[in-house]
Amino acid sequence: MVETKIRVDHVSYWYSGNQALSDISLEVPARSVTVFFGPAGGGKTTLLRLINRLNAQLENTRMEGSILVDGEDIYAPTVSLPELRRRAGMVFALPLPLPGTIRQNVLYGPSLAGIRDRARLDGILYRSLVQAALWDEVKDRLDSPASGFSGGQQQRLCIARSLAVEPDILLLDEPTSGLDPISTAKVEQSLMELKEQYTIILVPHSVQQAARVADYAAFFLMGELVEQGSGEALFTRARDQRTEDYVTGRFG
Amino acid sequence: MNPHLVQKLGFGLLALISLVVVIPILLVIGAILAQGAPAISAEFLTAMPRDGMKAGGILPAIVGTLLLTAGTGLVAIPMGVGAAIYLSEYARDTGLTRAVRLAIVNLASVPSVVYGLFGVGIFVLLLQFGTSILAGSLTLAIMTLPVIISTSEEALRAVPMEFRTVSASLGGTPWQGIRRVVLPQALPGIITGVILGLLRSAGETAPILFTVAAFYLPALPQSVMDQTMALPYHLYVISTQVPGMPLSIQFGTALTLLIYVLSMNVIATLIRGYFRRRREW
Repeated sequence: MVETKIRVDHVSYWYSGNQALSDISLEVPARSVTVFFGPAGGGKTTLLRLINRLNAQLENTRMEGSILVDGEDIYAPTVSLPELRRRAGMVFALPLPLPGTIRQNVLYGPSLAGIRDRARLDGILYRSLVQAALWDEVKDRLDSPASGFSGGQQQRLCIARSLAVEPDILLLDEPTSGLDPISTAKVEQSLMELKEQYTIILVPHSVQQAARVADYAAFFLMGELVEQGSGEALFTRARDQRTEDYVTGRFG
Repeated sequence: MNPHLVQKLGFGLLALISLVVVIPILLVIGAILAQGAPAISAEFLTAMPRDGMKAGGILPAIVGTLLLTAGTGLVAIPMGVGAAIYLSEYARDTGLTRAVRLAIVNLASVPSVVYGLFGVGIFVLLLQFGTSILAGSLTLAIMTLPVIISTSEEALRAVPMEFRTVSASLGGTPWQGIRRVVLPQALPGIITGVILGLLRSAGETAPILFTVAAFYLPALPQSVMDQTMALPYHLYVISTQVPGMPLSIQFGTALTLLIYVLSMNVIATLIRGYFRRRREW
């Protein structure tokens, strides 16, 4: 039996009166890649952002149901948002380096958490960049502005930046949508290595990518969870006709 | 008509209009420079006025204006930038914040003489600061606040929302995101707003008329509770209130005020440029 890292329990979500998610229940297994896929507007990103509560910035929203991480309700009033986000790192569709150098970007999170020890920070910097498969390309330019690197490098920098806060969960929202195929392959390759240690949820930018990386998959359509299961099952023998149609390219 | 010709005519016309805007500024600066420059000397800038201000220098007015600018900044910058941060980053869209915004917009259009009278009522009389640098600075600060708040708020809002999200996603509190990511990027815009506001206050006469300005005070102020002379008011006095005032002193004073304001402007541009170059997006 695989260990469940995240349990989404009957979650419905509205913003400005529009229902974005209806009655979603699913489990995300630890140390594996789970993909949330489906056509745009299906609620994948919304659910992803609910898992580290980035939706907290928005007004006029309402949520029902609960989300448990390691069995603990992350919407309980006692939960500290910064702490939750250190446990569940997020990588966005567009790589957005913070102003500053590679080093400053990677160490932004740790320094917010109050880590000052130089040797420890250097260790975090090295480990995060290696894990994101970026170290070899930037090791001589750690103090160069992050804006001077290519899109693919910037996205791996953003992954490194998330890893630097030592999360156990990595949430990736179409992290390769702006990247060329070679950079995409590098990012996917690093995900394959990262899943040994991290629970990864990925919103892929294509069905092909979903099929390539998914250990587990969940198909979202207009705010509903149509089908979930192992990646292999969903992409080769879907039970629901709509999943089948989407996976085989008949719509979407 | 040939579109090329229309294009040329159009651009020509626009260039002409732009030129018309420049001409009065050049004329004003030219006239003041031509007639005021001969009056400027080491003595003019560093000596006390003599002979009923008809001779000697304008040191107390220069020092007074510098002190008032500093005092205004000391009060208005933290308050203004603080309010801008609150409005842009924390305040939700409620009736109260809408009222605050409306008040700020309206404050910006209140005539400066009204601020002057307000200053007399509140600071000079009610709070018993008397006519003093303190009362004058506070009055100028209140007049300057709307400019600083609205330009700073605009500068903060111009920083893309995503930076705040990234900071939050890395475990940052809202304040950490503001302090370490948003503020540094908004700084050029904030500095511009601050300097624009202070420039306006440095050249104002009406707000200091009853709150701090002395007609003739051939001594430097010793504390914030003292009155002081100030360049704009001094200029008003020697241009209209003192018969037989030599023209050169009037123009010299005007030139000094102009140089002060323009040099602050240049400094602002330099600071802004410096921070813009450091910004990497």
